[in-house]
Amino acid sequence: MGDDTYFTHGPEVISSYSGMTMSEAVMPDAVVSTPMGGLYGEKVGGPVVDFSYVGIDAILEQMRRKAMKQGFELNIMVVGQSGLGKSTLMNTLFKSKVSRKSVLATAQEKIPKTIEIKSISHDIEEKGVRMKLTVIDTPGFGDQINNENCWQPIMKFINDQYEAYLQEEININRKKRIPDSRVHCCIYFIPPTGHCLRPLDVEFMRRLSKVVNIVPVIAKADTLTLEERDFFKKKIREELRANGIDVYPQKEFDEDAEDRMINEKIREMIPFAVVGSDQEYQVNGRRLLGRKTKWGTIEVENIAHCEFAYLRDLLIRTHMQNIKDITSSIHYEMYRVRRLNENNSVVAHANGIPEHHLAAHEM
Amino acid sequence: MASTEIARQAGEGARAVPLAGHVGFDSMPDQLVNKSVNHGFCFNILCVGETGLGKSTLMDTLFNTKFEGEPTQHNQPGVTLKSNTYELQESNVRLKLTVVNTVGFGDQINKEQSYKSIVEFIDAQFEAYLQEELKIKRTLHSYHDTRIHACLYFIAPTGHSLKSLDLVTMKKLDSKVNIIPIIAKSDAISKSELAKFKIKITSELVSNGVQIYQFPTDDESVAEINSTMNSHLPFAVVGSTEEVKIGNKMVKARQYPWGTVQVENENHCDFVKLREMLIRVNMEDLREQTHTRHYELYRRCKLEEMGFKDTDPDCKPFSLQETYEAKRNEFMGELQKKEEEMRQMFVQRVKEKEAELKEAEKELHEKFDRLKKLHQDEKKKVEDKRKSLDDELNTFKQKKTAAELLLNQAQQAGGSTTLKREKERKN
Repeated sequence: MGDDTYFTHGPEVISSYSGMTMSEAVMPDAVVSTPMGGLYGEKVGGPVVDFSYVGIDAILEQMRRKAMKQGFELNIMVVGQSGLGKSTLMNTLFKSKVSRKSVLATAQEKIPKTIEIKSISHDIEEKGVRMKLTVIDTPGFGDQINNENCWQPIMKFINDQYEAYLQEEININRKKRIPDSRVHCCIYFIPPTGHCLRPLDVEFMRRLSKVVNIVPVIAKADTLTLEERDFFKKKIREELRANGIDVYPQKEFDEDAEDRMINEKIREMIPFAVVGSDQEYQVNGRRLLGRKTKWGTIEVENIAHCEFAYLRDLLIRTHMQNIKDITSSIHYEMYRVRRLNENNSVVAHANGIPEHHLAAHEM
Repeated sequence: MASTEIARQAGEGARAVPLAGHVGFDSMPDQLVNKSVNHGFCFNILCVGETGLGKSTLMDTLFNTKFEGEPTQHNQPGVTLKSNTYELQESNVRLKLTVVNTVGFGDQINKEQSYKSIVEFIDAQFEAYLQEELKIKRTLHSYHDTRIHACLYFIAPTGHSLKSLDLVTMKKLDSKVNIIPIIAKSDAISKSELAKFKIKITSELVSNGVQIYQFPTDDESVAEINSTMNSHLPFAVVGSTEEVKIGNKMVKARQYPWGTVQVENENHCDFVKLREMLIRVNMEDLREQTHTRHYELYRRCKLEEMGFKDTDPDCKPFSLQETYEAKRNEFMGELQKKEEEMRQMFVQRVKEKEAELKEAEKELHEKFDRLKKLHQDEKKKVEDKRKSLDDELNTFKQKKTAAELLLNQAQQAGGSTTLKREKERKN
């Protein structure tokens, strides 16, 4: 699994501005070539074409500079029963000790009596790109004997983040950059039973897919053979479809034919069967992350062994911006509409929206 | 019932964590850029300046296309703003460019109101965006942003100082839009005069407290170039869409009998600097400043004016709600009062009209009576006359019969005399 086969340039382009003479045109053409020709393609077809170089495409460079300076934020929530390897997967995804367990050195791992929500932030940097990663852990989920309504604290947390953002947005004196604590993505861990989804899984995903992007993964997939894995995945997909659960990437948010094509491929692979590990072993002369057993070593980043690489690519390398966009422009807006409407139905009339059009989502 | 405990590491905030390998999120800027490319960009420029200063020509030269229109006449009664939107594309970047021109600026005899229509236009764009942002169901990311990102203020090349119209207008605009002053048609000024002119302009702007747009110097990669450019403000530009052969190249230039002014030659004018700053280096910053500074200021003022306040944290949406309700009730009350007034006025008017109509009716009746009387009188007169005529006729007839009788008698007598005569003859 290659590291960065998709993106071929990094921050070196920024230095092109210092020390260039003014009379020759700055030529960012070489710099701002479409980096993701494979995935995003080029959307050509504008009306008026310029005769000689003006420099409009320099705006891409300006945007990039601004983005690098500001840094990015990402908030991921992991949900699943204890013992499914959530923390390990987080560490593997971000190749560092970002999970709760690494941070909170508790003497013994006690399964909490109630669901807790613990969120920890990290500043990570790669090739000049700074990111504030927040991992939100939910220890205690699904661990009680009676798991009724165990999704409620989680939904409350997610809605609280939306609320906080809304408050900031409504303010008269607003901050220059509103801190984004909204949950962008929720990774749901399905235990590798091999049969089908449990009622808890269905209930949880059904409710939460309406407020947040859910990415279901099959945890500890090294306990399933390939045939069992395929069967399990098919069963899960059928059940998701039967229950009307729309997981990320949602079908209705595909923007155009290209997106749909790419997303269809991803949808055929969901849920990803992942194995996490933060230990390196020597395989074929290289040091790789993996799990060593008596019968062989499972390489985490080998797509023949497990689908961790696909998950990582989806989440981080290709669809991160898309995930954030869907959160902010669709989930957040839905919350906002609901919130503003429940406060004041008069405003709805003022905006011309008849009452019965407002959908009410149950908690 | 599950309870929640949201714990953030107190006192740590976010810890910096080293990465053990390549994760791949360095592609984030690329993802962001790609999304924007798919989406397209929009940029809105406002050109303020007197008629005939070469605004349209400069726009054509800047963006290398022929935009539109014939030059405007000088007899406009007031200042109007004409905006045109163009779609430009260069490599894979689509730009929706809107150029707004002030038509008739500086042409009137009394120029006191000139700046007003410009300020109103800028405010209207902010208002439209604010409305969209406040809507319940909003589509912000596909909204066509019409807020003015840059205002190019064209200064006439007098060589002395700024006109008072310029100062007043720029003062009114500096808190609403990024102003970039440029000296138009600068081939009319010689180099030494130009240096003095620029110094005079900058000192006048400073002494009057006009805040023009400063190119940002906080990002190291462009700080150097931006700070040198800041010292060259205002840019002295020349615009031309005609091409002249110089050496073996066709360049944009203006040809005079005494020489040729090349637009893209740095020794001749600052056009290249303007293009560099406006488009190639700072377009994004201009958009950001418009959104975070000018728009926020407008929004704050507008909301405060409407009566909203940021109260203590736990009742924010409610205070918005309450103030809104209060305002609404007030408004409804006013509306009702107005309605009452109007209704009363209406009733009054109706009464008046009725009275008028009654009057008219009465008049008509009277007239009718009068006419009738007149008619009767006439009739009577005619009757009398007829009667008298009849009487006359009768008397005449009587006289006639009497006369006839007499005649008959006379005839008889005469007849008898004839008889007598005949008898006598016979005898």
